[in-house]
Amino acid sequence: MSEPATPLLEIKDLHTRFHTLDGTVNAVDGVDFDVYQGETLGLVGESGCGKSVTALSILQLLRCPPAEIQGRILFEGNNLLDLDREGIRKIRGNEISMIFQEPMTSLNPVLRIGEQIAEAAKIHKRMTRQEAWRWAVEMLRMVQIPGPGSRSKQYPHKFSGGMRQRAMIAMALSCNPRLILADEPSTALDVTIQAQIMSLMQKLKEEFNSAIVLITHDLGIIAEMVSRVVVMYAGKVVEEAPVKELFKDPRHPYTQGLLGSIPVIGRKEQTGRRLQEIPGIVPSPMETPLGCRFHPRCHKVMNRCQEQEPPMIHLAEHRRVSCLLEA
Amino acid sequence: MTEIKEDNVCQPREPLSASRFRRNWAKLRRNKAALVGAVLILMYVLSALLAPVLFTGNPSAPNLINSLETPTLKNPLGTDELGRSILGRIIYGSRISLLIAVGVVSVGIVLGIPLGLVSGYYGGKIDFSIQRVTDTLLAFPGFLLALALVAVLGVGFKNTVISIGISMVPMYIRLVRGCVLSVREEDYVEAARAVGTRDVIILIRHILPNVMVPITVQTSLSMGMAILFAAGLGFLGIGVQPPTPEWGTMLGSARSYLFHAPHVATFPGIAIFLAVLSFNLLGDGLRDALDPRFKI
Repeated sequence: MSEPATPLLEIKDLHTRFHTLDGTVNAVDGVDFDVYQGETLGLVGESGCGKSVTALSILQLLRCPPAEIQGRILFEGNNLLDLDREGIRKIRGNEISMIFQEPMTSLNPVLRIGEQIAEAAKIHKRMTRQEAWRWAVEMLRMVQIPGPGSRSKQYPHKFSGGMRQRAMIAMALSCNPRLILADEPSTALDVTIQAQIMSLMQKLKEEFNSAIVLITHDLGIIAEMVSRVVVMYAGKVVEEAPVKELFKDPRHPYTQGLLGSIPVIGRKEQTGRRLQEIPGIVPSPMETPLGCRFHPRCHKVMNRCQEQEPPMIHLAEHRRVSCLLEA
Repeated sequence: MTEIKEDNVCQPREPLSASRFRRNWAKLRRNKAALVGAVLILMYVLSALLAPVLFTGNPSAPNLINSLETPTLKNPLGTDELGRSILGRIIYGSRISLLIAVGVVSVGIVLGIPLGLVSGYYGGKIDFSIQRVTDTLLAFPGFLLALALVAVLGVGFKNTVISIGISMVPMYIRLVRGCVLSVREEDYVEAARAVGTRDVIILIRHILPNVMVPITVQTSLSMGMAILFAAGLGFLGIGVQPPTPEWGTMLGSARSYLFHAPHVATFPGIAIFLAVLSFNLLGDGLRDALDPRFKI
């Protein structure tokens, strides 16, 4: 796979903090990764590891205060964090768009589906009402909603979960964005619909030549959809690898734990054995453990893991791991 | 002008599909009290519209020979101290009272809704300043505030509407702000922000329609309250000025003859009572019909 030299999106040392009455929460703590044109990057981790906050930080959809975003988010070389409100508004939906986790609540119940999809086109492409509406119908056809003409006039309560997510995808794609942030786009759907949504996204991505950052905790989807994976734990990147290498040779004990917790039917060494799990829970971002953040749950923990923060070790291009075992 | 504005804002932009409308209407109809309220309001509206048909003659022209007559066939509710038909004055008075009610809620809506939307959506310093002003206004009993404003602005129809209207504004601000605080956290608001929608558009197109139900209910209740306040000001002689037939003013001038001719005060009193009651009943009914199913 030949990738262009300059990344579409570069995240450098991103910190997102929430200042609350109980103290400061470091939800994202020094994350960096790149996204290249046309690729699908997987962002994996348990609930609460900062995946979604990373995505929301990119589009600055967090309420500031209490949130505070630091670092650099370079989109085509420009730092998004330097933009004013108007500047970032022009990026949203136009250059970078987002697909949310909950299709049931992400559509406004009092507006027709067509109106909601037409909105982005009206804002960014300066289309008239009729043009935008025709465009919305076209988008609905593109996401394979049967009878898009009449469907566009309906309200969201007449749409099923899968159709709503298609409508959300249509909304996100309506201005042909360079980058799509998909925050667990299939988590709330049942498995058959998940597969449809995923293959639809894959197809549209190729059609539009957009890049996707796919946030998920479903490793099955990762294996099928993405080319490169960034694994996050407690607000930090712990490992990055091309998808095949990650599944073949996970370096970080956390990644090993994640992969070990997938049941594989029929695999010999697993029959009759208990499925592996990672003991414990993700530490609260307010009281992250000293040293390596994963050490209280790590099965390969060493003494120095408790004091020393592991450095990021670059093994190859797009292959890095943050673990003292590798140091 | 005022009427048009009120209509625009009040139009609930929910998915008012035929079935949904029918369901809400059925629920409203099952609520007998609300239905009584609606019918009474309809009667008031009709008498206001058809006043010249229902009562021929000038309701303000004195006819001193017939003063303080008890009810007769010619004057079914009797006459007042200047010999004017009380029924005629009540019928023409419904024009004044309904106009005041519509005017007052228009003032409340036009000022209260935008301030409430902005206050709830932006939060921070804007919210703080709007809310402290609201607190100050709410510290006065509503009627006292209207009274104080009349003292500043002077008497008359227009000033009555403005004063009572302003005294209603803080209630709308609070109500709208509260609803916005919950709606602004909804995923669809975030989704709208994520496609680059301007704040003004988010407020008007995405948030406002979702807070329309409580506003509709509040508007019905406010209209009753506005009629009561206007009658109160009229009673004190600082509302709509005689000889314009206004229920509160009628009540005020009848006070002197309360023992001699009690019917002169009773009938306008009943008119006020029923008007306020019917708006309250309708408001409660609307709340019951719209609220529980608000989130389908």
